[in-house]
Amino acid sequence: MEDMSRYPLQLEGADVPMVSFKNVTKAYGSLTVLENLDLDIREGEMVSVIGPSGSGKTTVLRMLMLERIQQGVIYVNGKPITHMEKNGGLVPADDKYLRKAREPIGMCFQHFNLFPHMTALQNCMEGPVQVLGMSKRAARERSEDLLELVGMIDKKDQHPSRLSGGQQQRVAIARALAMRPKVMLFDEVTSALDPEVIGEVTNVIKKLVAEHNLTMLMVTHQMGFAKDISDRVCFFFGGKIEEQGPPEQLFDHPQKERTQQFLSAVKSAD
Amino acid sequence: MSYWEFLVEQGPRFVDGALITAVQFALAAVLAIAIALLAGLMKLSSNPLIKGSAVIYIELFRGTSLLVQLYWIFFVLPLFGLTLEKFTAGFVAVGMNLGAYGAELVRGGIQSVPRGQWEAAYSLSMSPAKRMWRIILPQALLNMLPPWGNLLIELLKGTALVSLISVADLMFEAKQINGSTYLSAQTFGTALIIYYLFARVLVTPFMRWLEQVMLRKLGRTE
Repeated sequence: MEDMSRYPLQLEGADVPMVSFKNVTKAYGSLTVLENLDLDIREGEMVSVIGPSGSGKTTVLRMLMLERIQQGVIYVNGKPITHMEKNGGLVPADDKYLRKAREPIGMCFQHFNLFPHMTALQNCMEGPVQVLGMSKRAARERSEDLLELVGMIDKKDQHPSRLSGGQQQRVAIARALAMRPKVMLFDEVTSALDPEVIGEVTNVIKKLVAEHNLTMLMVTHQMGFAKDISDRVCFFFGGKIEEQGPPEQLFDHPQKERTQQFLSAVKSAD
Repeated sequence: MSYWEFLVEQGPRFVDGALITAVQFALAAVLAIAIALLAGLMKLSSNPLIKGSAVIYIELFRGTSLLVQLYWIFFVLPLFGLTLEKFTAGFVAVGMNLGAYGAELVRGGIQSVPRGQWEAAYSLSMSPAKRMWRIILPQALLNMLPPWGNLLIELLKGTALVSLISVADLMFEAKQINGSTYLSAQTFGTALIIYYLFARVLVTPFMRWLEQVMLRKLGRTE
């Protein structure tokens, strides 16, 4: 059992990061996918995560939203989400605490995962009405505003099966935003899209970066997009951050050999 | 006596029996659906006690004969102080038996909903109950409708056994008519046709209709 006393109960100070991974290890059975990860993300920062498949990059997002970790603590807005306080120390969070602690986080998925039995509007209203307890009217207003933002207001009464991949992904972004998250996670949100509709989704994300003070963590294979909009890019390799830095530096002057190899392999594939 | 004369003479008894069969069917179906839902959900529980009791129930009722279960409920339970009227014992036995089969359909239907749906519902911070009720079950229901159609026809046919504890259903009336007229071919032929029409004209079209309604809710119809 890990000694938890080395982790603070809360992160305090003027410059508390919005998301903070402290010494986080995640394993599936005997396979360790992330090892002793330390990563801080400032409020309003857009961080892209790149790397070869199996490097653990998607796991970074999944630990924040969907999975439990074996070691370390993750803090969001200074509060631990993976652990809760008990008798003055940190113990692993129970399901209820974990769900509550993850409320400030929103997530978009590679395969959209819209609810097929609900229209675009109903998809967006589901969280605000069922979880936040908003009135239907208020939730509808908020959802319509967000569908407007992602350019899907014309299709608000359509079911997902009637929408293209790009349209579904835009609705999914609106659905996540309807919960007013502080942190947004984008897990390869353009990977399942046809090339001609990728732009409509990346444009929405660009708009969010430009107009909203959201903290964002994005796993992507689109290097050009990552370079355009990120404040920082992290290159993952073998369950660790191999190299990180501002996009210009990481893409144009990578320091590490593995980063160089990966980037040139990606370039030659394009 | 022509078949027509036979029908005119015995018609009211066939109608009475058919009505009882219909009521037995409806009550047993409601019970079976409720049990299937409950046991199916329980079987997916991570609590070993809850899961274990569902497994025992399903194994017990699926693994033994419906007729024996019927006799147990009607003849043996009174020895332990629980006496059910024959009409009640009839649909309870049928409902409990078919409910065990239905539980597996519910479990399978829920497990066939893609993992991404759970994750999306979780990412909206929905509670486990709301995830199940609002997101997973509606989709699972559509997946399980075709096998439920089969199961309900099985259930309809299963109700014929209640005649053996003297519930005056269609089969019971048919046996009575046969005993007094000795016109076996006409009697059991008529019963056969009524059972078939029940399944073909009522159950199957109803399930088709339900599937269409569900598909429309998914926006999948033309």
